[in-house]
Amino acid sequence: MLTFFENIGRGLRLKITRLGAATRLFFTIISYSSESFKRFNLTIREIYFTGVLSLIIIIVSAFFVGMVLGLQGYYTLQKYGSSEAIGVLVALALVRELGPVVTALLFAGRAGTAITAEIGLMKATEQLSAMEMMAVSPVARIVAPRFWAGIITMPLLASIFSMVGIIGGYVVAVPLIGVDEGAFWSQMQANVDFSYDIVNGFIKSLVFGIACTIIALFEGYDAPPTAEGVSRATTRTVVTSSLAVLGLDFVLTSFMLSV
Amino acid sequence: MKKDLIVSIKDLAFGYAERQIHRKINMNFHRGKVVAIMGGSGCGKTTILRLIGGQIKPTSGQVEVDGKIVHEQGRKGIYELRRKMGMLFQHGALFSDLSVYENVAFPIREHTDLNEAVIKDLVLMKLNAVGLRGAHNLMPTELSGGMARRVALARAVALDPDIIMYDEPFAGLDPISMGVICDLIRTLNDALGATSIIVTHDVTETFAFADYIYFIADGIVAAEGSPSDLKKSQLPFVKQFIYSEKDGPVPFHYQANEYISDLGL
Amino acid sequence: MDRIKLDAWVGIFVALGLIALMGLAMKVGNLTSNDIKTTYVVTANFENIGGLKPRAPVKSAGVVVGRVDSITFDTKIYEAIVTMSIDERYVFPKDTFANIYTAGLLGEQYIGLEAGGDPENLVAFDKISQTQDAVVLEKLISQFLYNQASKEEEEK
Repeated sequence: MLTFFENIGRGLRLKITRLGAATRLFFTIISYSSESFKRFNLTIREIYFTGVLSLIIIIVSAFFVGMVLGLQGYYTLQKYGSSEAIGVLVALALVRELGPVVTALLFAGRAGTAITAEIGLMKATEQLSAMEMMAVSPVARIVAPRFWAGIITMPLLASIFSMVGIIGGYVVAVPLIGVDEGAFWSQMQANVDFSYDIVNGFIKSLVFGIACTIIALFEGYDAPPTAEGVSRATTRTVVTSSLAVLGLDFVLTSFMLSV
Repeated sequence: MKKDLIVSIKDLAFGYAERQIHRKINMNFHRGKVVAIMGGSGCGKTTILRLIGGQIKPTSGQVEVDGKIVHEQGRKGIYELRRKMGMLFQHGALFSDLSVYENVAFPIREHTDLNEAVIKDLVLMKLNAVGLRGAHNLMPTELSGGMARRVALARAVALDPDIIMYDEPFAGLDPISMGVICDLIRTLNDALGATSIIVTHDVTETFAFADYIYFIADGIVAAEGSPSDLKKSQLPFVKQFIYSEKDGPVPFHYQANEYISDLGL
Repeated sequence: MDRIKLDAWVGIFVALGLIALMGLAMKVGNLTSNDIKTTYVVTANFENIGGLKPRAPVKSAGVVVGRVDSITFDTKIYEAIVTMSIDERYVFPKDTFANIYTAGLLGEQYIGLEAGGDPENLVAFDKISQTQDAVVLEKLISQFLYNQASKEEEEK
């Protein structure tokens, strides 16, 4: 029985140590950032890998999510005779929640794992050590550009997700089901507040961007330099990022609703 | 006049929490020499290179490079020292997302403001020195192990370092590549007037071209001397190592119970 | 991939993101339609506000003319004080009537303003004196039951 609690304690201590190490990595990145901003083309390169290459998956999933929201929402709303509210439902669901959250989850799966695997592999093949020995800081050269790319990319991806999702909802609601187009947009505009819903969604995606990128970078940087270590780290990136996104989403939502 | 002694290690001790690796190591590396550090697997040979490069800090004692104590330098100081060093990693450690050309150009681009034409000349010169000028467009994945190591060597000497460190340069190479690397170590060392520090356990090659050899065992320098001196050495460990005897001071069997009792007889 | 192509792709990506954000702001949100910029504040006391919440709309003849700023409770008179901002373009007489209505059967609650006939208009920080409380369903039902019971009593 004692060993059971001992194991829990040891596991907890390990998690807290890792949290501390990740936080330290965060501040190290910040302190090296001015160095890597001088060569912004490194960050642009990473925006290409995290952002541009994620576009397809984001656009396709957003379109389907929007269409499903439109369908589901319509069948429920029509029972109450308020099927025009479909636009509001789709827009609010996407802008407030699904846009930032689903984007972050897809980002963790698409870009996060790539970051972890890439950095873990560079570590395993001593590329990071080699860089250090060449008097080039791997944090400034490799880690910081990926961090900033992640932060810039995530809100843009989330905005694209929400917009494409709304278009998906529109496609189902207006041409397919036959909800009045004017009602669709006007109800949406009357009930979606810019400073409240859209800005809050944007803030959420920014926070998720920081969380997902830091987790992916840390897991890669911290991975044991073996094939097995890197593959485990990649799995952990997805699991930890997803949990972090969902947990943070709850915290942020409750905070935003209370203000 | 530069000091003759470029790297010196004094009373160095290093270990991780659970395992002490070095207890007391004293070594001196003179300018222009090719010095080998030998020892069995896991005796901390590579760790010495990392200590010289300042990637880890000693528990006690010190490493002095070019008159400066490495672990007392700040980040800037260490980077300053590292610019005098080139290191060849065991598997080359080429940047897998860059071409051969870009790999060799990397340290030049990072540390100088030379224009592209000069960089091109420099890179092709370095690649020519290792015989791979024709391969400059290839990606690291398209190279064989021996070629990758030669490219890595070209990268390590890109900025004409004073100290070139080799981590297991012969591991996993065919005899021809091995001979090529041996030859390159010697010629590059003499051409650049640098000091080479080689960590290895390949006896024949090392004895053929090294100027001085250190043997490490049990966290101390067990033996040292020129290859001819060491060949005559009567130390049992050195003899076992040089003539690759399977049993000796380094036992064949890992510590175990009595064989009979383990078999349950 | 060469530098120019990479930059172009990243440029397209960033532009797409910004367009999406603009789209959200203009087409989906009310950044354009929300032209309530300059407002004046008036208050009103209610005995019961029901489910009225801050940021609920203030409407007159169905047109949104303002929003509820804050709702506080006055312990001297034991009434709720509702502060609302009204668009400067709309002026209302002093004897305007403020009601709390419900949008639909179960919808959100809002304040409805019904203009009176006073020649003088409300100015900033005025108080609307004539108010009507929110309809509380439980109260309504209990009233109904009470009436039924008393009717039956009379019939006997």
